[in-house]
Amino acid sequence: MSYEAVIGLEIHSELKTKTKIFCGCATSFGAEHNTHVCPVCLGLPGVLPVLNKRVLEFAIKAGLALNCKINNFSKFDRKNYYYPDLPKNWQTSQYDLPICEHGYVDIETSKGKKRIRITRIHMEEDAGKLVHSGNTIKDSETSNVDYNRTGVPLIEIVSEPDMSTPEEARLYMEKVKSILQYIDVSNCKMEEGNLRADLNVSLRPKGSDVLGTRTEMKNINSFKAVEEALEYEIERQEEVLEDGGHIIQETRTWDPDRGVTLSMRSKENAHDYRYMPEPDLVPIITSDEEIEKFRESLPELPDARQARLESEYGLSSYDAGIITSSRQMAEYFDAVVAAGADAKLAANWIMGDLSKNLNAEGIGIEESPVEAQRLGEMIGLISKGTISSKIAKKVFEEMWKCPDSPEKIVKDKGLVQITDTKAIEAIVDKVIADNPKAVEEYKGGKKKAIGSLVGQVMKQSKGKANPQMVNQLLAQKLD
Amino acid sequence: MKLFEQPAHVLHDMLVNKEITSLELTQAVLARIDEVEGDVQAYLTITREEALAQAKAVDEKIAKGEEIAFLEGIPGAIKDNICTKGIKTTCASKILQKFVPPYDATAMQKLEAQNPVVLGKTNLDEFAMGGSTENSAYHPTCNPWNTDCVPGGSSGGSAAAVAAGTAVWALGSDTGGSIRQPASFCGVVGMKPTYGRVSRYGLVAYASSLDQIGPITKDVTDCAHILNIIAGRDEMDSTSLDVQVPDFTKALVQDVKGLKIGLPKEYFVKGMDPEVEAAVKNGVKELEKLGAEVVEISLPNTDYAISTYYLIAPAEAATNLARYDGVSYGERAEDAADLVEMMTKTRTQYLGEEVKRRIMIGNYALSAGYYDAYYLKALKVRRLVKEDYDKAFKDVDVIICPAAPSVAYKIGEKISNPLEMYLQDACTVPLNLAGLPGISVPCGYNKDKMPIGMQIIGKALDEETILRVAYTYEQSQSYHEDRAQLGGK
Repeated sequence: MSYEAVIGLEIHSELKTKTKIFCGCATSFGAEHNTHVCPVCLGLPGVLPVLNKRVLEFAIKAGLALNCKINNFSKFDRKNYYYPDLPKNWQTSQYDLPICEHGYVDIETSKGKKRIRITRIHMEEDAGKLVHSGNTIKDSETSNVDYNRTGVPLIEIVSEPDMSTPEEARLYMEKVKSILQYIDVSNCKMEEGNLRADLNVSLRPKGSDVLGTRTEMKNINSFKAVEEALEYEIERQEEVLEDGGHIIQETRTWDPDRGVTLSMRSKENAHDYRYMPEPDLVPIITSDEEIEKFRESLPELPDARQARLESEYGLSSYDAGIITSSRQMAEYFDAVVAAGADAKLAANWIMGDLSKNLNAEGIGIEESPVEAQRLGEMIGLISKGTISSKIAKKVFEEMWKCPDSPEKIVKDKGLVQITDTKAIEAIVDKVIADNPKAVEEYKGGKKKAIGSLVGQVMKQSKGKANPQMVNQLLAQKLD
Repeated sequence: MKLFEQPAHVLHDMLVNKEITSLELTQAVLARIDEVEGDVQAYLTITREEALAQAKAVDEKIAKGEEIAFLEGIPGAIKDNICTKGIKTTCASKILQKFVPPYDATAMQKLEAQNPVVLGKTNLDEFAMGGSTENSAYHPTCNPWNTDCVPGGSSGGSAAAVAAGTAVWALGSDTGGSIRQPASFCGVVGMKPTYGRVSRYGLVAYASSLDQIGPITKDVTDCAHILNIIAGRDEMDSTSLDVQVPDFTKALVQDVKGLKIGLPKEYFVKGMDPEVEAAVKNGVKELEKLGAEVVEISLPNTDYAISTYYLIAPAEAATNLARYDGVSYGERAEDAADLVEMMTKTRTQYLGEEVKRRIMIGNYALSAGYYDAYYLKALKVRRLVKEDYDKAFKDVDVIICPAAPSVAYKIGEKISNPLEMYLQDACTVPLNLAGLPGISVPCGYNKDKMPIGMQIIGKALDEETILRVAYTYEQSQSYHEDRAQLGGK
């Protein structure tokens, strides 16, 4: 039988507020254990939470950017379970009245555009971290708790089970990440656990509209792992079903080293969270006027920006999609164009040499040693014919190493393009004389042979000859 | 009257007029503690040295001619579920037997700004769960009128201390009657303010949507003064109300002319001690004589209040008390093989029977499959109870009923029957469910000279009217001048 996968994601994203969700402690990552704590986030007797207004603002902005309806009336609930990283032994979360509902994002898959619906977005507090004396809890003599992360604000974005391939799941998560970064509500640093996902997947016979039994994989924190874990799990479920077995509803953990998912706990052992309304916090009332204000404060979002780049600059949908995949890259692009560069050339340079160099050094575009202004100026030199594209690569490498302007580099290194017909002609004549074989081939009808002659001219001019002029002159002289 | 028998407003004037020093007063109250605390056992912690030091500091201030605040230099006591910075706060539980909060409750902070002499922390039913103070993990407290009897609860230590003269004033907390009922049993004045009137920050939570801190005092005047000090919006408590706090002492006038009193028929039925009923009805008659109008009203959902309360309060308690797991503070059981065993053993060993019973009830009511039938239903009935009051208050200014269905009973008499204990809360829990203010003022005695309290209930945020009615009644009688004589045994 042929199966189709049904995939839904719960994405947890830490919000980049300065202080925690219910107290004034700092949220910054990497501090010494238990230094960002106070009686409130430690859950000492008698303390009470007070909602950080920025958390609400960020959650509403995320909801609007993800096309959700913002609920005018929302509330917090207690999700009860015992774990040492949860000092109150309940997580303050939202249950039946989340802040946002009914949203969606569109993704561009290899088979075209697809809309992934978002069920809800709710606010909640993060838990602390266990620090084991050994490598794992099992081989540890003691375990300590670091409460620094306790109370760091999170939003949980729950999708409908609208994805049917691991690729779609990855694209969806990438899109959500990009949007959260655009609106500047989360750092989305996956390696710091800022953004992580629980994956739900089930299989059903192709064409069926009945959902199969699902399994859940928790805390997946890289795009690669999202795809790999789903691929493995889909294959595993397929094998079970093919063998006539049943899928057990359970939570499984993804072991990235072995590339397998392992059973963690079954539905029978699932928590009964005994949700109840949080009596220490008042309901959250948000007026339509406030919601509109937040909507107006949102920056241009990836989809709109992509459409603008396509229509305004004639970029291909693919290029515009890549350029707008992160706000930083899109802003860099705009700055390059503003500095006078041709938009298509700017896109090519950003996606080409610049990305290659950034990746090689493992830095983000906002940290690029070649600023948008200088790259724009350099592309301007290409357009003016001052340098060739080939020379530009050299100029770019120089710019990467030093802060000089492209003009200065071109001047200092003598990289100005030779556009003097006489000078080029002399080299062309010499090359024709030195390469009778290639000339013969060309004249004999092998038009491609001109390539090696052009190459020779460029080489002898140290790359400075204007390639178009070289082509023209060679053609004139040989035809 | 002896010094330790005087109310705070009299002592304040004496301090201002330099008739006494704070040190003399504090020593007098400490001597009273030495004399009777063995019989009453109102305290869990006595901070004798700090009290004397504070008294001396206040005297120096007075000697310099500086003005003093109302409570300045006057000895009082704090219920041991209200966090006091640097002073052990146990909630009468073994699990917090060594817990010293690094912060003051907001109400405590506001008091501290007055430089009162804090004598110590008073006994209660563990985590405020109970109505007799017998559920304290340390010792029961005895009623100063008859030490064979309970002082009521859960603020039994605070009420007994004020009645016995071992504190001039005290703070209590009221979740289902825990201020009003012990005030009634001990013949003192106790008020539960409107929910949200006083910050709950630092009050160790029992049932968050019902808990409220309030004063326990020797008379209505002191009650108004202390309410002035502790009331008001607190940024640390989202549920505290952002409303103007009036000067409650302005309500201390003898005037009930034209005031409409509602007598709810549901409170004067079976199970009510006839002597209590008679005393309260006499009190109402007195107010009628003074010019008030009395009408019978109906609060039809009163019968459901107890069962509603005993679902909502335990449900909130079950989560509020989940934090006592032995992980980062409080006691931890020894010799656990793993984490689950550590938490289980800790809670089994260090939490008391009544606390565990309510945690079980609460978790049951919140469990999947039972939530709708119990907890959610209780929330709906709670709304109906509140609507009863809203409707009644369209016609009347205050509602009067007993603060408890009986006088103080014998220690040990009811403790083995939790259900009977729960039914004792019938007169007080509806207010907590509705969030309304209520005060208990002494209105007489039964044949054995055990005090009876009259409960005056007001509209939300209308503490002024109940203070006015309570004051008018008090001044027409002399019960507030009577002092417990430590009978019994």
